[in-house]
This record gives sequence, structure tokens and C-alpha cells, in this order.
Amino acid sequence: MRKFLLLFLVVFVGVVFLGRLFYLQVYSFDSYNIIEDNAIRRVYDYPKRGYVYDRNGKLLVANQPSYDIMVIPREVTDMEDDLLSEFCGLIGISPEEYEKKLEKAYRYSPRLPQVFISHLSKDDYAILQEKMRKFDGYYIQKRSLRSYQTAIGANVLGDIGEVNQRIINRDPYYRLGDLIGKQGVEISYENTLRGQKGVKYIQKDRFNKDIGPYKEGIYDTLPVPGKDITITIDATLQEYGELLMTNKRGGIIAIEPSSGEILAMVSAPSYDPNILVGRERSKNFTKLYRDSIANPLFDRGLQAMYPPGSPFKTLNSLIGLQEGVVSVSDRFTCSMGYRYGNRRMGCHAHHSPVNMNLGIYESCNAYFANVYRRIIDKYDTPAKGMDAWHKHVTSFGLGNYLNNDLSVGQPGKVPSSITYNRAYGENRWYTTFTLSNAIGQGEVLATPIQLANMAAAIGNRGFYYTPHIIKSIEDETIPEQFTTKKYTTIDKQHFEPVIRGMYDVYNKGTAKWVQVPGIEICGKTGTAENFTRIDGKKVQLTDHSIFMAFAPKNNPKIALAVFVENGYWGSRFAGKMASLMIEKHLKGTISRTDLEDWVLTHSLENEYNKPLSNEPFKINGETELQLVDKVEVPEHLKYPEKTSE
Amino acid sequence: MSASHTGEITNFFDMSQPYGKQAVFIVLAFILIAITLSLEAKFYERFASIIYLISLLSLVGLFLFGKNVNGATSWYGIGGMTLQPSEFAKFATALAVAKYISDLETDLTTIKDQVRTMVIILLPAFLILLQNDAGSTLVYGAFFFVLYREGIQQIYLIALATLVGIAVITLKFGILTTVLILVVLGLMVNLYLRKRKPPIIPSIVILLISSLLAVSVSFFYKSILKPHQQDRISLWLRLEKDPDKIQQMKQTILYNLNESEKAISSGGFKGKGYLEGTRTTGKFVPEQHTDYIFSTVGEEWGFLGSSIVVILFVLLIGRVVVLAESQKSQFSRVYGYSVAAIFFIHFLINVGMVMGLIPTVGIPLPFFSYGGSALWGFTILLFIFVKLDSNKINEW
Repeated sequence: MRKFLLLFLVVFVGVVFLGRLFYLQVYSFDSYNIIEDNAIRRVYDYPKRGYVYDRNGKLLVANQPSYDIMVIPREVTDMEDDLLSEFCGLIGISPEEYEKKLEKAYRYSPRLPQVFISHLSKDDYAILQEKMRKFDGYYIQKRSLRSYQTAIGANVLGDIGEVNQRIINRDPYYRLGDLIGKQGVEISYENTLRGQKGVKYIQKDRFNKDIGPYKEGIYDTLPVPGKDITITIDATLQEYGELLMTNKRGGIIAIEPSSGEILAMVSAPSYDPNILVGRERSKNFTKLYRDSIANPLFDRGLQAMYPPGSPFKTLNSLIGLQEGVVSVSDRFTCSMGYRYGNRRMGCHAHHSPVNMNLGIYESCNAYFANVYRRIIDKYDTPAKGMDAWHKHVTSFGLGNYLNNDLSVGQPGKVPSSITYNRAYGENRWYTTFTLSNAIGQGEVLATPIQLANMAAAIGNRGFYYTPHIIKSIEDETIPEQFTTKKYTTIDKQHFEPVIRGMYDVYNKGTAKWVQVPGIEICGKTGTAENFTRIDGKKVQLTDHSIFMAFAPKNNPKIALAVFVENGYWGSRFAGKMASLMIEKHLKGTISRTDLEDWVLTHSLENEYNKPLSNEPFKINGETELQLVDKVEVPEHLKYPEKTSE
Repeated sequence: MSASHTGEITNFFDMSQPYGKQAVFIVLAFILIAITLSLEAKFYERFASIIYLISLLSLVGLFLFGKNVNGATSWYGIGGMTLQPSEFAKFATALAVAKYISDLETDLTTIKDQVRTMVIILLPAFLILLQNDAGSTLVYGAFFFVLYREGIQQIYLIALATLVGIAVITLKFGILTTVLILVVLGLMVNLYLRKRKPPIIPSIVILLISSLLAVSVSFFYKSILKPHQQDRISLWLRLEKDPDKIQQMKQTILYNLNESEKAISSGGFKGKGYLEGTRTTGKFVPEQHTDYIFSTVGEEWGFLGSSIVVILFVLLIGRVVVLAESQKSQFSRVYGYSVAAIFFIHFLINVGMVMGLIPTVGIPLPFFSYGGSALWGFTILLFIFVKLDSNKINEW
């Protein structure tokens, strides 16, 4: 026993050590990762971010250099007073501020390089560059910022900013201080535009001193430059749309039906994208972000959901025809409305009885109430009818996300039997409960881009391409989902009578005052009731002015939805603007300058101030319109663009 | 194997670099081997007392001429070189112990001779402790194995095991729990023995002594140990629960351990290759060429390389034990046992510490760590035994 104690212990300890080694090196070894190794410093080489061009090849977004003064706090040496004041003078801060900044940097980390002063101007940089070597611990780092070649399309083009911690945690590609797309195409095409940064691995010692490339640089990579993209936006049309929206709030979405390309995507009010570049970025962004009244960061073309109103009636016609419950010549009476039970859906004065054509161009509520009831009541139960109707409506891209390449969006809403079962209980509701769907009110909600897409689908007689913003990426094809036709559930032949009705809206109906000579426009006006809350009370505001159209009637080149907040009836603002956009796109010049003048001299600011005034106000009145000095049309918008084909 | 180094090797014997110095030390070590082996085996036995005395004097001399490095006054400065007498005191003490125990007059079962042997062992240990080199002092614990082998009573082993057990349990679970565990254990022993009359009085006495031990361990830990020593133990036993304190420890004492464990772990199965260790090349592990050298082995040679090192140490120590048992003279046997035990303690504490199994104690890994004195001390220690062993045929 005595002989074996030491021997036993030696072997025992040997086995324990082998076990521990196994645990450390084999069991808990997760494959050696160069990124995790704090003995390796990574130096990044940032590639050029891709440019953005419009559909006609006009450069919209480029890059500009920006210079930051960086500091490594522990390498900073105490400066003599005159040297310190020289430095402070050069970078434009006071010595007290200097001390404060340095202390803050030191507290963050004494050894990590940090931004001391960001976004120097080119002139400052030129002066500083020669003197930097006098200031230990400071150096200048070049960065690339966006340079917008235009003042329009802030919501389309978006902006870039520094990544936040959440993104860093989610995607290890990004490091603190990296730039990433924050809005618009900068987000949607982030990976394409940014390229791939290059990295050099440098072996360092525990004092953080470089001691040479790691393994002679075999793991180093070269930066891959970002790719340029061409977007589907027509800069001229976009600018014109933004001009028309001056002093108004709302959105315009214009789509090319034959391709699904978005020609213009206006959201008003907007801002100059250049204010989100450089030193003022964070201040300006906060200002935009906090503006909860005008809400400039809210893309009204993509995010605003409203009851679509009358434009939705065209869909009910199509569904009625497809379901075979109504024919083009079927007529219904309208006596200033439609009675059901002890309730009544109002309508305005027009001829009666009403057939489909008249129903569409006079926008007769009673006609569509009848059609809608026939659709639903074709089936044994309202639930089955609802679901059949739901299937048709959603085939137009309503009621769900469009799944396109825009950074924001809303699904809208199309009710189905589930909606009403939830509200009333199974089998405890009837068709009449849902009657407001007949005229696009009630439970139906849609965004302007969905309406524009619906117009495109009607113009195409039964199919659409998912509206998208990307036209081409250098040497890459655009995603297949944007080049595949999506068919609606309505047969082609049913579209003609409905399109005829939409044509007559311009010809003799609600939009006859805004027709454009020489262009066959098919459209539909709409108004949407809307409410706000003042001191917790629900208050109705002036209706939104809505217009949906496509032109020309055959082989349409443009389909659009215009939506003006509190603009009252459809053709009052939205209709005029739709006509102008169509004429601008198809002809390049405006012949209806009277419409243009009217739009540019009328402001809705008074209307928007009403709910904020703390005083009682009337809505839907003619008199509140505010006349303003005409917004001048820039010279380059008056004539067709030379560059376009 | 020399310590890892940075950059290109220009001259293997470049004296401005640790690896250059170590190369020179190794060459000198071979000369020492030659000298050690060329001396008569009887020389060591005959001159053991004188070697021991010289060694003691060299330790005492440190109080007058010693050079302070890192808080310990353990070095003589000779020219540009330093010499650490405590490294040589090990084999001197081993010789003295062997000489005393093998004396025909000595009977280790008597208290008198036990005390005298303890004095021989503790004298250098105490001097080294005074120089603030707690790690090297611990090595003298190795002689316990020698004494046990040579016949001290079993009760010492039992007492030592009990003491260690009580200390660990007290620190980890507190005095009350310890006493409770002791009571339960005592009851179980009594039940097991099933005597008509359970030994109540001895039981109570043992219980009282043990409880007193628990209290004094707690007192020793809280009042005698310095804060950094407390931290090491608290770290080892995972006593600290306060996250802020742990965070602070991570930056101080845990830093070494963290980095060394990470370095070893990052080696994986096959290692990163000779001189390819990123953590060691970057000198992230402190003292990586001396006390933490095993982390370099782990990182660069992986599980394969470091297990081979562990196995080699086990084989070396085991071989020395087996050879010691086969000695005909008691002097050679005791000396051989001392060699094995000293190597074992170094191996246990150093490798255990680097892998986070044992509280941080700074002692070198034999034949690996950088340093001339340690290398030469171990060389002489081992090769005296080689000489004694080669001479066993002539012994009678």
C-alpha cells in the first residue's frame, strides 16, 4: 500500500489531466474561428457603394468622400497650450469641449479607434491633412457618403446610416460604424449596392500592437465593389408628381402595366434626401421622425391603408360577370339609394334604372348593392359566398403584402367568412351585414400601390406583374417573381364591359371635366370617409380624394392611383392630378394647363390645420380651399425629356 | 522545446531573446549532466550534509544580496544573469533527507526522528517562504510522500486527507454545513460498526476537533490569507457569486486563466502548428514562456501534442518511482522517491493550474518552462538519481 500511493496518484492525475485536455480541446472546441480570435486585428477595406440610376439612365445617387478625425485615446499625449489651441481652432471646438470629448472617448475604450469629429468639409480636410502628424493619437479616416444628384424621391431612394447593435447581432458582416441602407432602395438592395468589404488579418500582441500579417495574408480578401442599379422610376414623372403634391398630403403610384415597373412613387409631404447626409443627418432625421403631424417618413403610397371606395366597384362588376350572376344589360332601379330591411344605402341623383355601364360611370351605390348581393347569395350560405368573393378579390393583389422589393408595405384588408364569423359568430350573419363591401367601404382596406396594381390588372385584362422598383442590376438578372404574370380569377372577356364603363367615367361620368384631348383614359373616382381622434372623441374629417386610372384604353402604358388626404371628392384633386400625370407620361408636355394651374394654386394646408385648431369645424365644404401663389413649374419639366427613347 | 517567440529566428543562440538564452541554458545543462554523472555515487551520500548547508547559506544570503523580481527576493544577480538558489535547494534537501532517513540510527516511527526530519525539510521551505515565493515552498510538500513511504504512521495520511477534505468543504459550504456533514458521517460510521456500545466519547472528541478545524480553516482563509490568495481559492472553488466581482476578477486573476484556457482550447485536436499559435504569438497569455508554457503546447500542438506531454510526464515519474523501489540502498531509494515526488508536485500544480483545475500557483513545469536555474536544478536533481541508480550493482 505504502509503495503504491505515489504511483497511484501519478497515474490518477495523468488520467484527470487527459480528461481535462479532452474536454477543453476536443469536446468544447468549436472549430477555430479567425473572427473570434482576439489576437487577430481585422482591417477592413470598404468598396465603393453602387450608384442608382433612373429608368432613363439619369444618375440619381452617387458617392462623395467624407473625412472623420479619429482618435485612439491612449496614444494621445498632453499638448502644450498653444498646440492645443491650434488643434481646437482647426477642428472648430473649444478646449473645454475637447477635454470632454477626449474623456468620453477614453471612457469608451482607451485603445479602440473612435470618431472624434465626423464629416469634415473638404476644405477643413485639406488644411488639417498637413498638420495631423503634430497631434499624437489622431488621424483622419476617409469614408464614403451618399451624394444625391436630385432633390426628389427621398422615399424611393432612401438613405444610409450607421448600423445599430441589433443589426450587428443579427448579421456578423456588419461592424460598429459600418453604413447600411436605412430606407428605400438602400434597404431593398443593400447587399447589391454595398458589395463586399475586403479584410486584412493582422496578428497583434497583447498590447494591441501590430506584428505583421497573419499567416502572410493567406486569409485576406479583396473588396468587391458594389453594383450599380437602375430603378424603374422615371425621375421626370416622379418630380412632376411631387410638384403636383405641393401643399397637399397623399400619394401617387404609377405603374407600367405591361411590366409591373413602378414609374413614380410619390409620397407627400417629403423632404430633400440631401438633408440626411453628413454632419446634420442625425439632427434632421430626428426632426423628420418626430414630426407626427405631417409624418414625412410615412410613405403614403405604400403604407397608408384606406377603404378604397368607388374604384372597388369595378371589381364587384367583374366578379358578378365571372360568377354569372349578372349580365351587362341587367338593370336595377335606384331611388336615391338602396333599401334593405329598415336600413338604406344612400346614392346621388342620376337616371334609373341602371345597367352596368351607367352603374360604373355614375358610380351608383344601389346598382352595386344588388350585384354584390347576387354574388354572395349565389351560394347556400353567406359564408361560402363570402369566401368565393374573397378569392376573386385577393387575386388582384389585394388583402396581402405584394411581396415586392420595396422596403415598406401594408397588406390592406379583404374580409372573408372568418372575419364575420369572428365578429358575429358562425352562421349568425347575413349578406346584408357585409353590404358596404359592395361599394368599397366597411371592412375593405387597400393601399394606393394596391389600387394602382388593380388598375394595371384591369388594364391588362386579367393579369399583373408584381409592382417592383428594380429595372436592372449590372450583369445580374432581376428576380423571376417580377417577370412572371400573375393571373386574376376573372376571364379576359369580362373586362371589356367594365373597361368601357371606366372609359365612360372620363367620357360622360364623374371625371368628364378632367379628360385630356387625344388620350383615352379609363378611370374611376373615389372618396373615402375618414376619422381622427380629438381628445379621445372620434371626429370625422373631410373625405379623402381618390382616383384610379389607366391609359390608353388599349395596351395601357400607365396605370395609377392618386390619393389626396382630405381632398374631398375624387375628381376634385386626385382626378386632376391623375390626368396630368398621364398626359405628362404619354405626351411629355401638358395641354391641360388649366388643370395644372388649378392644382398648383390650391393648398389643403387649411384643411389639415382644422383638427389641430382646437375649434369646431365643418367638413366636406367647398369654401375652405386655400389659394396660394402658383408653384412654378421648373423649365426642365415643361418639355419632354431629351434622354428618353 | 523552447518557449514560443515572435518573429524570425535569426540566430538560435541570440542572447537578447528568451529562446536564445534558453538554448544556452540547455547547452550548459548538458555540461552539468556530464559533471553530475562523472562524480562518484558515494560523493552525494557523503557530502549530502555539506551540500544541504551550502544551499541553506545561499538561501540566507538572499536576505543580504538578493535581487527583487516581481515581489519575490529569490534571485542573485551575477553580471547580466540571475540565479535562483531555491531551485537548487530542492535536490540539496532531497539529499539531506535521504541521508538522515537512511542513517541506521534513525527510526521514522518515533516522534523525535519525525521532528528532526521535518526540521530538515521545513528549514529551506521556511526561508523560501520568507522570500515571498509561496509556490516554491509548496513543493516541499512533496516530501510527505517520501516520509509516508519510509514508514510514518497511517494516521498522518488520514489526518492530512481529513484536513484537506474539511478545508474544501468548509470553504465551499460554510462551517455549519461541514459540522452537520461530520455528525451524519459519525453516525453512519457508528451504525456501520454495530457495536453494542458505540464509541461515544472518541466520536465526540473527533467531532469537536474536526469542528475546530473547520472554524480555523475559515479563520485562516478570511484573516491570514492575502486578498489575492483568497481570490485564487475562491476562484478555484467557484465561491464568488457576485457578477460584478467576477467581472473584476476576469480582468485581473481570471484573465490569466481565461486566456490560458482559451489558448489551450483553441488548439483543438491537432493544434495550430509550431509557432502558429495566435494567442501565444500575440503574448495574450501572461508568463506564457515560464509558468504558463503548457498553454503554448496546448495551442500549437493540440490535444495530440499535449496528451503526449502529459503521458511522458506520467511515464517519467512512474519510472523514477519504480526505479526507486528497486534500489538496494535506502539512501538511493529515499532520494529517488524525493525526485519522483518533487517532479509530481511540479507537474500537478503547473499543468493543473494552466488548465484551471488548481488555484493559481506560480511554479515552473520541469524541462519546459523558461529559466536557467530551474532547468539546471531539475537536471541535477534527476541526474544524481540516474548516477545513484547506475551504481546500484556496486551497492551492498
